[in-house]
Amino acid sequence: MALDDTRITGFKVVGTRPDRPDGLDKVTGRAKYGADATAPGMLFGAIVRSPHAHARILGIDTSRAEAMHEVKAVVTRADFAPGLTGENLNVLENVMAGEKALYDGHAVAAVAATTALAARDAARLVEVEYEILPHVTDVDAAMEEGAPVIRADAADGSVPEGMHPNVVRYHESGHGNVDEGFAEADLVIEEHFTTEATHQGYIEPHACLATLGADGKGDLWCSTQGHWIAQKTCAALLGLEQSALRVTASEIGGGFGGKTTVFIEPVALALSRKTSRPVKIVMSRSEVFRATGPTSSTSMDVRIGMKKDGTITAGQGVFRLQGGAFPGAPMEFTAMCAFAPYNLKHVHQVGYDVICNRPKQAAYRAPGSPMAAFAVESVIDELCNRLGLDPIEVRLKNGSKEGTKASFGPTWDRIGLIETLEAARDHPHYSAPLNEGEGRGVSCGFWFNHAGETSVTLALSEDGTVQLMVGTPDIGGSRASMAIMAAEELGVPYDRVRVTVADTASLGYNDVSHGSRVTYASGLATIQAARDTIRKLCGRAAAKWGIDPEAVEWRDGCAVPSGPNAGEFDPMPIADIAARMGRTGGPIVGHYEVTPEGAGVSFATHIVDAAVDRETGATEVSRYTVVQDAGKAIHPSYVEGQYQGGAAQGIGWALNEEYVYGDDGRLQNPGFLDYRIPVASDLPMIDTVIVEVPNPGHPYGVRGVGETSICPPLAAIANAVSNAAGVRMRDLPMRPARVLEALQDRTGE
Amino acid sequence: MTQIHVTATVNGDPVEFLCDPRETLLDVLRDRLGLTGTKEGCGTGDCGACSVTLGGRVVCSCLVLGAEADGAEIGTVEGMADSETLHPLQRKFIEHAALQCGICTPGILVAAKNLLERTPNPTETEVRYWLAGNLCRCTGYDKIVQAVMDAAEEMREIP
Ligand code: FES
Ligand code: FES
Repeated sequence: MALDDTRITGFKVVGTRPDRPDGLDKVTGRAKYGADATAPGMLFGAIVRSPHAHARILGIDTSRAEAMHEVKAVVTRADFAPGLTGENLNVLENVMAGEKALYDGHAVAAVAATTALAARDAARLVEVEYEILPHVTDVDAAMEEGAPVIRADAADGSVPEGMHPNVVRYHESGHGNVDEGFAEADLVIEEHFTTEATHQGYIEPHACLATLGADGKGDLWCSTQGHWIAQKTCAALLGLEQSALRVTASEIGGGFGGKTTVFIEPVALALSRKTSRPVKIVMSRSEVFRATGPTSSTSMDVRIGMKKDGTITAGQGVFRLQGGAFPGAPMEFTAMCAFAPYNLKHVHQVGYDVICNRPKQAAYRAPGSPMAAFAVESVIDELCNRLGLDPIEVRLKNGSKEGTKASFGPTWDRIGLIETLEAARDHPHYSAPLNEGEGRGVSCGFWFNHAGETSVTLALSEDGTVQLMVGTPDIGGSRASMAIMAAEELGVPYDRVRVTVADTASLGYNDVSHGSRVTYASGLATIQAARDTIRKLCGRAAAKWGIDPEAVEWRDGCAVPSGPNAGEFDPMPIADIAARMGRTGGPIVGHYEVTPEGAGVSFATHIVDAAVDRETGATEVSRYTVVQDAGKAIHPSYVEGQYQGGAAQGIGWALNEEYVYGDDGRLQNPGFLDYRIPVASDLPMIDTVIVEVPNPGHPYGVRGVGETSICPPLAAIANAVSNAAGVRMRDLPMRPARVLEALQDRTGE
Repeated sequence: MTQIHVTATVNGDPVEFLCDPRETLLDVLRDRLGLTGTKEGCGTGDCGACSVTLGGRVVCSCLVLGAEADGAEIGTVEGMADSETLHPLQRKFIEHAALQCGICTPGILVAAKNLLERTPNPTETEVRYWLAGNLCRCTGYDKIVQAVMDAAEEMREIP
């Protein structure tokens, strides 16, 4: 049987919408999230944080805290592994400051006490002596001559000579000759754009429970998108052997990229090691805002040339991103995604990674891409307006397709951009008349998608039911898609498959649930693990029948003889084979380990109608349609959910959300009251269209869908607002005051 | 610090506990009574993940002190299902895929149940405004609103 490359059509389970396996636990309150675990003798940790944006730590006096009888330990940087380098050093530096506090909220010490209240009280008694240093929080200001130097040797070799030491990485890509391209254009527009840092805004704060003994062996329970990366990083930061630390992923209350690294976990482990007791740490919301990774803020310049017929002749972009006090702002992704939807002869993009006194940025859904789309798609909209062209037709005319060269190098495989544009053009939304005061905006968006290390095990139970172990935390219904794929392959009912997210001691290494990779990569491995199981099932049937295993086929949950010489036997159901497996060779377990290639990129097109209140400057999103290529939707409800969730986060980013820093370098709005994410009454229903252009790199054609949905909204909404207001909005968020100002500037009031 | 003795009713069951004067009702439910279905998203009354009913009204349990609950009737997500039978809202949330990560779900279910007890036939706008204090970062609210409307319809048909 050559099952490896078989591509199934005529699905039975794939594409249906069964109840998710963890649904009952989650609607009854039974599901255990990060903060829901306890252990006998448990202590509570609390973290001491810098109130200064930039300060040298001259001394830490812990004596008053330690004098409290509830306090069992205090840790500082000295309690972590010395001599780390590279990203491990960056993460440690972020988890616990060394010589300097680099941003408001930077951890400088931590305490463990017998109650949560006592721990918080004790944290206030830790006295830190600071020498306050000049700070900078703005990306452009941080690049200027004379800006305070945040970390002297943070830059790598990519940075051109003569740049400020706060510029730590540089990227350049493209092809052709943009000057030639601009010379061919009938109209060239160049604009400057800015976006503010936004937070992933998961509703569950970071939480963990750690146990670490004097023997160097430990257990960690935490809310994470990836427990193997947590294991690896914590082991390095604590100086442990990786396998000595077992990490279990709790149910996770949202992540969006923000839970792909560690913050409190190494601290809880250090406190546990010092006290020989389990230590739990739960972040407050203000800690989440001040000290976990928001996305980058940006300053961007984009220049595009177009002919009267809508042909784009050249595109050029400069993208400056600050990523907090550490290297890693995803500027290369911004640069690479910027013109990805378009087939351009001449294109050039440059990116700068800039550090400043803010928390270390973390991935946020398609890191770097939404900002790029905001700038590029706004300029395209303006070109269409001035040349009197239809924005979808222009995008169709210039759109990337199979065989065209991507703006960042490769030649596209089978992709679905054109299909999303056609579906958007044909959607009733696009031709619906606008109401008074409304504008319509369109935008495309692109994300690479990721594959990553993946390991899956599928074990049969004696009654023929199936236990599937995956290593990717279920962040939005992935257990359902895994069960669907296993059921599809094995020919068993969906509810006979139980999916468990295994801990680090029970499965091979799994990369993080990020990069829209779970349904693609864990799905691919699930399918292959099921095929591995089927080979074994067929082998058992063949032995029983005394025929060649090659003469046995798997059909509808049964082994059946196939081929001219196989003989006549009744189909042998999975349950019969399973019932006898102990006597016919032992347990039947299938597995698969892989780092797949072929994640399959994803494109989307969004249409938005927005109304602008001319008196207050407030924007109301009145209609929203998401069209996106999913390759193949395994569980369409959860695909739609990703589309809607990404659009909603994009709406927040475009209209309300921003990190606001005071002149003192302190974050002014570390709470949901002043950092306002969209609430139910802010939003309309969000219509979705699932386009399916199969990904050649997956047995069922799956492309990841989680991230692309946040790429078009910033631009689509900005285009709608600009068209409603009659003035181009180049700065996000488009808060009411800003829109009002733009309206007043335009009318000269 | 001296602890306060409190008696109350949670999901119909009498409970008794000691608590620090600074502890919130949310802390008490989660840490003293082991009812971790109620979640903490902010601790400042801004997210609704901690929604419970107190004497029939929806409140943010992070804004109520444990000591204030003395003599009160409290309802949490753990009390929604009738043994094996889920509340229609719980069923509809699963059916409509109205949860992704599920951390907001307990608070939203408690708030939505309270809405339907007062307003059996809410409009979409009423649902959206009633739930405006319950943040969900995953779903964009679309499927949540649909699940609530659908549950309301079913509950009207089978009183
Ligand atoms: S935890 Fe109470 S409102 Fe957020
Ligand atoms: S489902 Fe994740 S916050 Fe609502």
